[in-house]
Amino acid sequence: MSNRLRWRKFVSNFMLTMTGVCAVVAVSVLFFILGYLVFHGGTSVSWNFFTKLPAPVGETGGGMANAILGSAKLLLLASLIGVPIGFFGAIYLAEFSGSTTAFIVRYAADLLNGVPSIVIGIFAYSLVVLPFKHFSTLAGGFALGLMMIPITLRSTEEFLRSVPNALREAAMALGASKWKTIASVIVPAAYRGILTAVLLAFARVAGETAPLLFTAFGNRFWSPGWNQPTASLPVMIFTYAIAPYDDWHRQAWAAGLVLLGLILVINIVARAILSRGIAVPRS
Amino acid sequence: MATTTTTVPSAGPVAGSRSFLSRLREGDEIARLITFLFAASVVLVTLLLVFELWQGSVLPRHKFGFNFFRTSVWDPIFEQFGALPFIYGTLVTAAVSLLIAVPLGIGAAIFLAELAPAKLSDTLEFFIDLLAAVPSVIYGLLGVFIVVPLMREYIQPGLKHSLGFLPLFQGPAYGVGFLTAGIVLAIMVIPYIISVSREVLLSVPRDQREAALSLGATRWESTWKVVVPFARTGIFGSIFLALARALGETMAVTMVIGNTPAISASLFSPGYSIAAVIANEFTEATGDLYLQSLIELGLVLFLLTFILNGLARLLILATSQRGSEMSNV
Repeated sequence: MSNRLRWRKFVSNFMLTMTGVCAVVAVSVLFFILGYLVFHGGTSVSWNFFTKLPAPVGETGGGMANAILGSAKLLLLASLIGVPIGFFGAIYLAEFSGSTTAFIVRYAADLLNGVPSIVIGIFAYSLVVLPFKHFSTLAGGFALGLMMIPITLRSTEEFLRSVPNALREAAMALGASKWKTIASVIVPAAYRGILTAVLLAFARVAGETAPLLFTAFGNRFWSPGWNQPTASLPVMIFTYAIAPYDDWHRQAWAAGLVLLGLILVINIVARAILSRGIAVPRS
Repeated sequence: MATTTTTVPSAGPVAGSRSFLSRLREGDEIARLITFLFAASVVLVTLLLVFELWQGSVLPRHKFGFNFFRTSVWDPIFEQFGALPFIYGTLVTAAVSLLIAVPLGIGAAIFLAELAPAKLSDTLEFFIDLLAAVPSVIYGLLGVFIVVPLMREYIQPGLKHSLGFLPLFQGPAYGVGFLTAGIVLAIMVIPYIISVSREVLLSVPRDQREAALSLGATRWESTWKVVVPFARTGIFGSIFLALARALGETMAVTMVIGNTPAISASLFSPGYSIAAVIANEFTEATGDLYLQSLIELGLVLFLLTFILNGLARLLILATSQRGSEMSNV
């Protein structure tokens, strides 16, 4: 074997090993994150954390019950806005629309998807907070709902399109009207995919902090109704992490662990639902 | 049998041209209208967003004009607003993050697409997808408590010791600053680069590899000189996508950049970014000019990401179409 060939083989093996190292480094970040969160936050996740209000500044103890409820309310509102618009919009795109309209809607959705979350916050501020004159759950939910729309819309459309045309034709041939075909054949055939899309969109906005800073704002107490500032888990993590109190840092780690745990579980469940469902061709 | 064959063709046109009234009765037109309203609302909301950003930043646009981007005084008391330090901070942190993320991300994508067996590749991709789902405030949390002390105690003194002759690595090691923000951003955008680049690499037709290997290329040569150039535009697309993410990223950057509106050649010094200043000052902004200046920063951010995302989509589309055209031939 000539030296030149030996060198080329050496370079090949070396570079290929390096790509492997890159992959290992990239993936290991996930385990570092999980490890640190469990290590620093694991001991602080207690009954109090889920059931108590934050303690007054300077006192130790207390929990994040109001932030957990606040996040739940925000996400409920977000889903009420994001899921119907995304779902029905996707049905229009996949089943009814002509190509020009579809292009415009898709373009708008992609544009909305790329908008930095802080800018979504500004938009929700000027549309909801300014007219009502105060921060509210409503404004926060609106901001998160906006972010859910494009994710739900685009992936739901993909899944509707992946339903074979033969199913549509069969239903029509039996005399079903178009909307009946959609409601009783196409959507049921794609429901696993749609469920996955909705869950992933939900998980994505569950951790969003930036759009909540000046819409839902924050609150150290319960936030009754929908029209008052509310605490939320992501914003709590932010405020507690940059505050100078050790006890707050401890709770920020705990909140981080709870939030990330929730998001990862939703992600894993969503993917499990999909992988046991109808075969979706990879694009 | 003969009668059925004659009736079938005539049934087609009749079924196809159902009158508007009958479609209305069967609910099709109503379903169409309702779903159309939902789809149209997406377009409407997007237009409204652009309009609000434009309308909301009318004062500073008229008062400062282009000077808004050229001056670096940010003084709410005397109502002087210049965005240069924030634009500088945003661009520098994004550049640092890409310098780290691009080689690492593309390397990992090559491993996943070319080398790893399908099962391993899918498993790793699953972890990468989970990594992409980690919210930015969590990265910020780890940034504040893990990366910042690490930078202050070890990495920055080390860099100063070895590369301190460069102006980039001079000055006191605070821990927070451009470099730290860039590193945290890099960790955040790597999953995007990997996922998209892997898809693009997988769409390269198989015969491209086989042709290179049959000519005697080593595995690395076929990858680096044939497959990667073939997928080049798509990989650039993934980089633009990552850049757009890095520019718009808020929480993690806010927590580790130091929040000081200063322009400095040293990567160790604290700075500020567009998204961070909006996050920190928006609720405290008193006076219309102050608030609207922040909204104009939002507009700048929106336009930057809009352009980059558009470019990214075009490039990725171009590569995957090229791949499918080649394999159809």
